[in-house]
Amino acid sequence: MEITEEALNSERLQAAARFKAFMMKNSTKTNLNLYDHLVRLLTKVMDERPENAVDVIEDMSRELKGSILQEKQDTLRDSPSSSAALLLAEQQKALFTRAAGDEGDHEEDLVESPLPNVAELAFFFEQAGVGLGREEMHRVFLALKQLVDSQCLLRCRFWGKIFGTHSNYLVAEGEFREGEGEEEEGTEQTHEDEEREEEPEEDKDETELVEAADPPPKSTYKPPPPVPKEENHTGVNKYTYFVCQEPGMPWVRLPMVTPAQITVARQIRRFFTGRLDAPVVSYPPFPGNETNYLRAQIARISAGTHVSPLGFYQFGEDEGEDDGLRDSYEENPNFEGINVNEMAESLNLWVHHVQHILTQGRCVWVNVTKKSADDVDEDAEDEEREEESDEPEPEVGPPLLTPLSEDSKINDTLPWSTMISSNLIPQFSIAVLRSNLWPGAYAYASGRKFGNIYIGWGMKYIGEAYTPTILPPPQNEYPSGPEITEALDPSVEEEQALKAALEEQTAALEETEDLEEDEEEDD
Amino acid sequence: MDSESLHYSLDLAAGNGLTLSSEQRAALQTSLVILKRNYKFSRVLFWGKIMGIKCDYFIAQGVEDDEMKNKKSLYSLNCMDWHLLPPATESMIADVALAAQGRFTGDPSHEYEHTETRIKGEGDDATEEEVTVKVNEASRLATAVSNIDKDASVVPRGAFTKSPSGKVQTNRSFGGLDPIEAAKLRNYLHFREPVNLKKKSILEMSHLNPAIDFLDPLSEDIPKVTISFLKEQWESPALTIKSCNETFALNRTPLLL
Repeated sequence: MEITEEALNSERLQAAARFKAFMMKNSTKTNLNLYDHLVRLLTKVMDERPENAVDVIEDMSRELKGSILQEKQDTLRDSPSSSAALLLAEQQKALFTRAAGDEGDHEEDLVESPLPNVAELAFFFEQAGVGLGREEMHRVFLALKQLVDSQCLLRCRFWGKIFGTHSNYLVAEGEFREGEGEEEEGTEQTHEDEEREEEPEEDKDETELVEAADPPPKSTYKPPPPVPKEENHTGVNKYTYFVCQEPGMPWVRLPMVTPAQITVARQIRRFFTGRLDAPVVSYPPFPGNETNYLRAQIARISAGTHVSPLGFYQFGEDEGEDDGLRDSYEENPNFEGINVNEMAESLNLWVHHVQHILTQGRCVWVNVTKKSADDVDEDAEDEEREEESDEPEPEVGPPLLTPLSEDSKINDTLPWSTMISSNLIPQFSIAVLRSNLWPGAYAYASGRKFGNIYIGWGMKYIGEAYTPTILPPPQNEYPSGPEITEALDPSVEEEQALKAALEEQTAALEETEDLEEDEEEDD
Repeated sequence: MDSESLHYSLDLAAGNGLTLSSEQRAALQTSLVILKRNYKFSRVLFWGKIMGIKCDYFIAQGVEDDEMKNKKSLYSLNCMDWHLLPPATESMIADVALAAQGRFTGDPSHEYEHTETRIKGEGDDATEEEVTVKVNEASRLATAVSNIDKDASVVPRGAFTKSPSGKVQTNRSFGGLDPIEAAKLRNYLHFREPVNLKKKSILEMSHLNPAIDFLDPLSEDIPKVTISFLKEQWESPALTIKSCNETFALNRTPLLL
């Protein structure tokens, strides 16, 4: 009995061994064998314990077979692709590193840093539904820190973001300490003068001969004298602006703005492209390129939409002069904050703290027709001349710190919309102001804090579809008078009639002359 | 944006300066789920926000099985109570274009009026008639939503498929566009009834896949649309596609993120 059992066992074992050998035979097509495959499959089922294993076993088996296939390795390796995302990430990596030498300056930084608290600004604006997303705001924060470290600014603020068709601008507003921050404008002007001197010398030789014989008429057009631009640190140019395309990229300083640029910027309407050197082709022609246009729009937006709660800023006590010429203010240390509900309801409690830009393009009016000091002979003559010439009326704008209730409407739309950030929890909500004149300008106030921001396309709301300015009609080349006006040539009948009439007249004259001669002869 | 992926897709669209406050986000997540059950939508999407002078409108859209037909739009003033907007018909669009000017006021029952004197009859029998067109602000909202959808609703190619029976559905095996393909304008399609497709010759249609290419691509738009990459972090950038013929919605991230 035992022998037969043993013999049976050994037979079974041999049969099993043979079957195992059969299973381990590699397939001719795929070089896999059934034994290994089943081992892997069952190990996988043991590890994963899928639901309804018997139903998904075929899928698992197919996946397993697919995953076993090894890709043949190419001798060529993929070159590391430098996608735009990678380049940007490398630039932004610099934002997150501490500069060397910052270790011991902790105390100073905490007290006097001109860096604004962008995180706080971002939080309050997020309650109002405005913002750039948390990560981007934080990157902006770090980029501002970079700006503050590289330039010695007295105060710095995140002004906002302006969109463009290809890329956007992040704008930071900075105020320099007195006496610093002068631009190098002298070099630019001398270059232009040199070019101008060279050109007329070349042309003169050729045209001298022709001109001496028949000088062309000189134009009697005198362009109106340009309005002088405002000094650095005053009026429109009170703050300096820096822009960059993405946080991490270097900040570019924008030049001062001239009144001519503001006047033309008021008449044109353009999207920004995102490149600072792009030309601005428009009618009326804009004096400058996109850098200047950007600066002009920033000036207009700041003058129109930077507001603060009433009482936050007050006039200094030294300024006792004219009411209309106050151009500086200081923080009121006794400001206690106004109730948020009241702020959200009435516009009287908000004031502009940036000077209004006059039609001339400046904040302080300048009389451009005043004669220079060289022409002055005597005081008496001067007075006569001033009275005779058409003295333009001085332009006056609303004084600084005027409440928003004085702003004018456009097409029956109120210029500002006020709201409270939360109706459900009014005690901790903030008052939010939204401009309808410059869509994208927001302001918030909460207790003793307030902030302004602009995130938009940089265009004013005009209330109706935009129609571009039409070119003026071409000027007449010559005045029209009777000598050069054309008339129809007389027809043949008219000429003959005229001839007949003339002949009659001469005949009549001859008769009267004959009669007179006869009379004389008689005498 | 799909109500299920709202909390992270809002961050990606924030580059344009408008986000939702945390209270509004929380309210939306709650109310959209309830809305989905009440109206039996298969997918409910947060369409966006239209700003008015006094109040803002939040708009949501719900779709049933077929993504393109029977899209219902709803509006709310506080992200919790939703009201159905009337469907925008041709006559409504014409009336709104005539009567409504200026900004939205924020009051859904506000009426816009426009009076015109038309001369009816001919010759001596001409009588002047005053025709007044009155439009509700809710109708104006409905037409605005429908116009913006027609012009600016963009989806990536391959995100939706059209079954042979004509049903448009989301493509479950859509894994996003390749970064190189994502930079090309022709991989973005207008999500509306195709206008240019029927005019194409058979030669052009030969390399189009009828299941995927049943919508107009953006590259055939006049005036030209520019594409710009914003937020280029991560290898899957969020795109902003700017079209110059829209004053409100100047960007549209793809419906499926």
